[in-house]
Amino acid sequence: MDNLLEIKNLVKTYGDYTALNNVSLTIPKGSVYGLLGPNGAGKTSLIRIINQITMQDAGEVYFDGKLLAPDDVAHIGYLPEERGLYKSMKVGEQALYLAQLKGLSKSEAKKRLKYWFDKFDISAWWNKKIEELSKGMAQKVQFIVTVMHKPKLLIFDEPFSGFDPINAQLIANEILQLRAEGATIIFSTHRMESVEEMCDYIALIDQSNKILEGKLEGIKRAFRTNTFQVGLATSNPKEVEAKLKQLFTVSPADFRIINEGLKLNIALKKGENPNELLSFLTSQGQVQHFVELVPDANEIFIKAVNKNS
Amino acid sequence: MRKLKIIIHREFIAKVKNKSFLIMTFLSPVIMVVMGGLVVFLMKKNDEKVKEIVYVDASGLFTKENFKDSKTVKYQDYTQLGITETKKKVAKGDFYGVLYIPKKGSLELLAKSIAFYSKDSPGMSLIKGLEARVETHLRNLKLTQFEIDLMHIKASEITSDIKMFNFSGEESSKLINGLKIAVGAIAGYLLMMFVMIYGTSVMRSVIEEKTSRIVEIIVSSVKPFQLMLGKIIGNASAGLLQFFIWGILLFVISLIISAVFGVDMVEMQASKIPEDQLNVAKEAANPDKLQLIFQEIARLPILKLFLLFIFYFLGGFFLYSSLFAAVGAAVDNETDTQQFMLPIIAPLILGLYVGFATVMNDPHGPIATICSIIPFTSPIVMLMRVPFGVSWYELGISMALLIVTFVFMVWLAAKIYRVGILMYGKKPTYKDLYKWIKYKG
Repeated sequence: MDNLLEIKNLVKTYGDYTALNNVSLTIPKGSVYGLLGPNGAGKTSLIRIINQITMQDAGEVYFDGKLLAPDDVAHIGYLPEERGLYKSMKVGEQALYLAQLKGLSKSEAKKRLKYWFDKFDISAWWNKKIEELSKGMAQKVQFIVTVMHKPKLLIFDEPFSGFDPINAQLIANEILQLRAEGATIIFSTHRMESVEEMCDYIALIDQSNKILEGKLEGIKRAFRTNTFQVGLATSNPKEVEAKLKQLFTVSPADFRIINEGLKLNIALKKGENPNELLSFLTSQGQVQHFVELVPDANEIFIKAVNKNS
Repeated sequence: MRKLKIIIHREFIAKVKNKSFLIMTFLSPVIMVVMGGLVVFLMKKNDEKVKEIVYVDASGLFTKENFKDSKTVKYQDYTQLGITETKKKVAKGDFYGVLYIPKKGSLELLAKSIAFYSKDSPGMSLIKGLEARVETHLRNLKLTQFEIDLMHIKASEITSDIKMFNFSGEESSKLINGLKIAVGAIAGYLLMMFVMIYGTSVMRSVIEEKTSRIVEIIVSSVKPFQLMLGKIIGNASAGLLQFFIWGILLFVISLIISAVFGVDMVEMQASKIPEDQLNVAKEAANPDKLQLIFQEIARLPILKLFLLFIFYFLGGFFLYSSLFAAVGAAVDNETDTQQFMLPIIAPLILGLYVGFATVMNDPHGPIATICSIIPFTSPIVMLMRVPFGVSWYELGISMALLIVTFVFMVWLAAKIYRVGILMYGKKPTYKDLYKWIKYKG
């Protein structure tokens, strides 16, 4: 089985409101899967169904080849966007409690918690209450609680909110480490730079429908516009620009290079070979900059959502 | 089941370890006993203060015999001085008050014209005492007018003590009736207190999980229904423990207090019981009858009472606390709970009123019977009726209805709970709650 999670034709309605409309997703084992979409698109509903917090009205969820069953919660770790801990309970006690609810025995839970507390260098907090910790500290505890039962599937909803850049990087590294150890990760976020950095696959949900799914590179390829950013040192820039305008769609560009010169974005027609552009440019002057403009996740997100609405 | 146990354990520990729980558990009995002791002490002190009352008898019908000194009142004859001068003395504060008996043509007229003057307005018991003295004497005078020999009247006084039997041939007494009332009233009152204290505690605990936002993490591991049930059972256990400790502490402290300060506990109880039951209490204080009392108590169906008490106690608590849990889940903070609290508390209060108002006078009357069958009032009202003996079929209907309603309400509450715990920011209306109930899965 190559897919850890297969979601087929999922429908969820709340009264008259449809939160998920026939959504199907395939999440490969060992991937970091970005679940993207504007606020209110239906991501949380989907995640709650996977966590069996709510039930779908129609459709199936297959976990590791079998229909999702109540016992599977032991193999899922979930860090919700709306999260917190018991304020007046001691850190260690509540970590133990939550671990036991995930099916770990008390002694096993203690062992694993000690490992993680040592790893994050927070063993001194064991007997502190959450209300005595800062928000970032509490988030670390929250992260440990999510991953300590070594789940096959980890679901992070906005995992970096509340972290400073240093701790955010620490958590990002931990997530990638968990993937290296075999976990599959669903990653729901609005921070597109972390999507670029971490995700292998993405799916985009908008207005209760899936509008996009696939490998990040594949989607980028599909969204590329065959546009190149060009920097050219030439003695008569105006003349060159006029010539280019006759051949291609040209717009001014703004980027930094060492030498002053012509800076342009040049869009090729579909199927046109960039080599033709390059050879034309070399005949006109010294090429200092030649880069394909690949859309980033942010642009893809905005484009796809605008197209959908 | 394992998860439910873990939740119950946490809820119990979280409740019991709470500082306010510890303080409440160990301080309230002390406060209660100290307050009770204080009341008795003050009443005693009050009684010990002797009031001096003088009387001015213009009619000449009364003698010193009619105004014998009592423990709290001393009488003096100031007829010689005249009412005007005596009133001045009272105004100066020489005496507490003056009873003026004018001269009138007939005894009836006289009875209506007697007056009492004092600086402070006197208590009811003082006036009642004076009236009793005057009335007895005037009645005797009247009887003499009719030429009836007072000796005959005295000799003809007969008191009747009706013995009560039920059809299983057991003799019962008024004493045991009083005992039954007490047992029923205490049980019903305890249940109401328990539901109010620990029902709201369940509610607060739900709100706490919602506001701290931990609830979504927990329901990703356990079913919301398990969480709700665990909370209710955990809080109920903590509550039972607290009640148990209170019981023991109250007993111990009462013993200590009565030993140290010599406050008689029977007297303390008696001061709270209305007049007609006072005799019963006095009966109880009579050592000769003590053995009879124990026999009577032994004859009460203790086991049946105990089992029914447990059943209705738990049934009532579960029924109500599941509603409290649903309210807690529906709102974001405690101030928003008000609109949903009234429909929960109203039947509880009604049950208690019905219990005190009708069960005591007529334990098997129509209102008491109906209210002991309707599930929302039945835990309290039935608990009050049970000591008087309730037929098995009535008990059966009542218990069956309570179980059915309890299961239904827990199911209904769980539906509201399940949706509510994940809803933030909006104060729901009853319409919203209805919509939540209709959501699938």
